[in-house]
Amino acid sequence: MTETVLKEKKLDEKWEPKIIAFLCNWCSYAGADLAGVSRIQYPPNIRIVRVPCSGRINPYFIIKSLTDGWDGVLISGCHPGDCHYISGNLVARRRFAILNELLEFFGIEPGRVNFMWASAAEGERFANLVKKTTKIVKEIGPNTKFQKEW
Amino acid sequence: MGIDTENQEIENSIREIAKKLLSENQVDVIIGYAEGTIPLSSTPIFIRKEEDVNKLIWNNLCYINLANYLVPLMPQLCDSEGNALKIGIVAKGCVGRAVNHLAVEKQVDLEKVKMIGIRCNGIVNRSKINLEIGEKEILEVSISGNDIIVKGKDWEKKFPYDQYINDLCKVCKVKSPSASNETCVGECEELESIHDEFADVIEFELKSSEEKWDFIKETLEPCTLCYSCRQACPLCYCNLCFVDQNLPVWFGKTSQLPDIIVFHLIRAFHLAGRCVACGACSSVCPVGIDLNMITRKLEKIVKDRYNFTSGLNAETLPPMMDFKMEDSEEFMLEED
Repeated sequence: MTETVLKEKKLDEKWEPKIIAFLCNWCSYAGADLAGVSRIQYPPNIRIVRVPCSGRINPYFIIKSLTDGWDGVLISGCHPGDCHYISGNLVARRRFAILNELLEFFGIEPGRVNFMWASAAEGERFANLVKKTTKIVKEIGPNTKFQKEW
Repeated sequence: MGIDTENQEIENSIREIAKKLLSENQVDVIIGYAEGTIPLSSTPIFIRKEEDVNKLIWNNLCYINLANYLVPLMPQLCDSEGNALKIGIVAKGCVGRAVNHLAVEKQVDLEKVKMIGIRCNGIVNRSKINLEIGEKEILEVSISGNDIIVKGKDWEKKFPYDQYINDLCKVCKVKSPSASNETCVGECEELESIHDEFADVIEFELKSSEEKWDFIKETLEPCTLCYSCRQACPLCYCNLCFVDQNLPVWFGKTSQLPDIIVFHLIRAFHLAGRCVACGACSSVCPVGIDLNMITRKLEKIVKDRYNFTSGLNAETLPPMMDFKMEDSEEFMLEED
């Protein structure tokens, strides 16, 4: 896809971002489940990948998602202190903090990669934050930076 | 006092200490710098015999970080049973930092490594000189007074030393692993006199995403993915580098910019909180890419967030090996 096509795509009102979401098994995935069973509406733009813990999320996953053309990345884990594995999310938080700064430094738009906490009881919060993420990514537009020429 | 006499003094004391260490059997092998095979370079050398110590040199072209030869352990540095020999290492500030950091990561046993601490006065920026000389062939390089004199066939050019040292060396706070020019193990001193406010990085951060991306693109555009920066880095020692992993393939090995940028992005991420700012990666780059901006950003992130400077001692855990409940999380998404 050439850049002009993509620009048109952005102008296209119907363009919907595709967002990959890495959710931890114990809190956020259950939170998403709760949002589902409670019939809370949230945008269908996210595609969920279930991971054992937010500490399992290798920063390569995030970078590879961007190079593979996902318009946005959402990462969610248990609130600090609630990790099923005690400190997985605390370890992950430092990683994400540094990765986030580096991505911004390299010129990836802030908001392309989003991090959040959501517990298993926070179906509503999960839905709200997915809505927010989708809105942010929609404003940024399609992810073209890692587009190769051939 | 000129840089040349300073270098000469340091060189003499390196040789003296090396001789003493070898004769007293305190170390089995000394890793140091020797005259390079081509001008404007230096090469690492392993000295085992007392009579060879005069091969050791010190000047402002000793850009290699010698800590690179400690990990992974080479067969040349082991005895017949595969145990590590006692190693002496000629250590400028950043080599000292790298050794300390490797010790924190349990890669180096500090009891087996003796640093010959020297006070480095900055490393010459080779790519800057190469760029100014262009296509002409360099035949001889010497340092006299405070000038670097580059000679070729019927031409000669003078470069003032203080303008042609690495930008990283200009703001370097850790010039030597110890206060005195003696054999030492451990602590690096941090010079309080040099104030480094990361003004260049802050200025860059204020730019828009597009400008940043353009700058990164422009900087990395000549990169050929030769991985020299990885090879020269004392802290790149993974058994299987992410570059070589193929299940899954983390980034494509094409010459296209997105792939090149991803390589440098992941490499930078790996070095967060670990990079000792020796500038070896930029010095060895065959196309002269200046990676300083990224290096400085890494330093700034860990300094700002976790108040950490890598390699100052062998005890403090680097940020990526540690965590705290109260770490900042201002980047996290919150409900409106």
